[in-house]
Amino acid sequence: MTIAAAQSNPTPAILPGSGGMRGALSDLFWRRPKLLLLLMLLPPLLWLGIVYIGSLFALLLQSFFSIDEFSGLINRQFTLKTYGDLLQAANLDIILRTVTMAALVTLASAIIAFPIAYYAARYARGRWKALFYLGVMLPLWSSYLVKIYAWKLILAKEGILTWLLAKLNLLWLLDGWLSLPVVGGNSLSVSFTGTFIVFVYVWLPFMILPVQAALERVPGNLVEASSDLGASPGQTFRNVLFPLALPGIVAGSIFTFSLTLGDYIIPQIIGTSRLFIGQAVYSQQGTAGNIPLAAAFTVVPIVIMGFYLWGAKRMGAFDAL
Amino acid sequence: MRSDRGQSAPLGLKVAAACGLLFLHLPILLIFVYAFTTEEKSFVWPPPGLTTQWFAATWNRPDVWDALSLSVRVAAISTAIALVLGTLCAAAVSQTRFFGREAISLLVILPIALPGIITGIALRSAFALADIPFSFWTIVLGHATFCVVVVYNNAVARFRRTSGSMIEASMDLGADGFQTFRHVVLPNIATALLAGGMLAFALSFDEVIVTTFTAGQQQTVPIWMLEELIRPRQRPVTNVVAMVVVLVTLLPILFAYYLTRDGDQIAGSGK
Repeated sequence: MTIAAAQSNPTPAILPGSGGMRGALSDLFWRRPKLLLLLMLLPPLLWLGIVYIGSLFALLLQSFFSIDEFSGLINRQFTLKTYGDLLQAANLDIILRTVTMAALVTLASAIIAFPIAYYAARYARGRWKALFYLGVMLPLWSSYLVKIYAWKLILAKEGILTWLLAKLNLLWLLDGWLSLPVVGGNSLSVSFTGTFIVFVYVWLPFMILPVQAALERVPGNLVEASSDLGASPGQTFRNVLFPLALPGIVAGSIFTFSLTLGDYIIPQIIGTSRLFIGQAVYSQQGTAGNIPLAAAFTVVPIVIMGFYLWGAKRMGAFDAL
Repeated sequence: MRSDRGQSAPLGLKVAAACGLLFLHLPILLIFVYAFTTEEKSFVWPPPGLTTQWFAATWNRPDVWDALSLSVRVAAISTAIALVLGTLCAAAVSQTRFFGREAISLLVILPIALPGIITGIALRSAFALADIPFSFWTIVLGHATFCVVVVYNNAVARFRRTSGSMIEASMDLGADGFQTFRHVVLPNIATALLAGGMLAFALSFDEVIVTTFTAGQQQTVPIWMLEELIRPRQRPVTNVVAMVVVLVTLLPILFAYYLTRDGDQIAGSGK
């Protein structure tokens, strides 16, 4: 009908129907939207399916191979021996250390993120709101390595933090902390405390954004109603704000937890010589050449995150993303 | 009447929020000071003196230029691939309903949701199994895979706001599918694509974890920096490069924010 109209009424606003190959193709897509859909989906699905999912399967497959301890060659036969190696005390230590660090980092990020997110969601308006948004976005997108480098400058023995504490006559505090058994060390840049601070710093924006998104949806009247009914600010926080913000916190914790589990660069640059999962994977596949064990190690964060995501979904965290 | 408009925040909250933001920003500002320090051997604070000589020293370093050129080429090509794949995927997912739609969004997000080391080692073991030698293209392969998601996120958000009736109107007025795409769809999603492309470029330019597994002996800027962090050779040059990297990644982010700030979903909120 449109074509007939175009032929009988040569108004310039109506473009002439195009013929040839192009017209035929266009008509075909119009009549068969499924075909167009298929053609649109094919390139991304092929790319992600082959490059990404294919690689993941290749990795999973290798975790069922084993390495010959004498020749160092990879024995391509199905075995669960590599997963058995994973349960050695040293490897379990690595897993436990990483999970503990991830949990602590998540907790600290949530505590620091909450006031920023709450202020941005409830009190910041107009220009301030944009400023807060960029204030979170710029550190999020700044170069990951530069951020780590900045902390190497800060935490170095001769760096700004020591200088500041010396000016405040608080060096005894730093020395006391560094002499503690697990969290201490020669200087902050070679201690678990340093690793912890940098992890919190680098992943903090990933926590702020979903918490803010969750808090944006809490009507201000609700907080007022709570205080009208006689609740103290602490009670309002515990019984009204916190439960409503929890899905956002859980959503943010997916990032902080998962990113900490898989990172190998931060503990390598700022930290002790004791390994995290990411470093174990890296050294197993690189210097040790034990790809099966490295592959088995990567399955650990995948499984942990699988359970984590399942739990998060049940808490409604995905609605806050 | 709403009473929460003019209310001001409790002092404790203000202080906590301000401290949090300072914690996020001061370390990055510090990089700018260190780029000018005269100290060569240590990270001593306060800097004993200020100088601009390290900018000239960095300018004359061929290894820095090589790394920069490789990074820019990789980021440009990965962004181009991600733009095509991400837009196609977003158009398909947002314009139609079909079986497995949710699975496709999950598939697109997966490369960025799983830790980078998994993507990296997966690609490397796949290259090893298939006997593919490391090259420029192995880096691009990895980068394009995780850049798709940022383009996809931006495009999907824009498609949601674009009304489908405009496309129908264009078709009713006699435009064929290609003309509709060229004159109606493309102008509507152009700024979202530009923003997505900027973010993809910044993401690729900064990526280090996946790249360490797919680069072999080649050096991108982040790999160059990582080498310097592990085995420092010339600290002042690293300081200058760090500052330049901060500036190079900030500009696309600010521009992407500017392009999409009126939307309900703003670019970059899901790195």
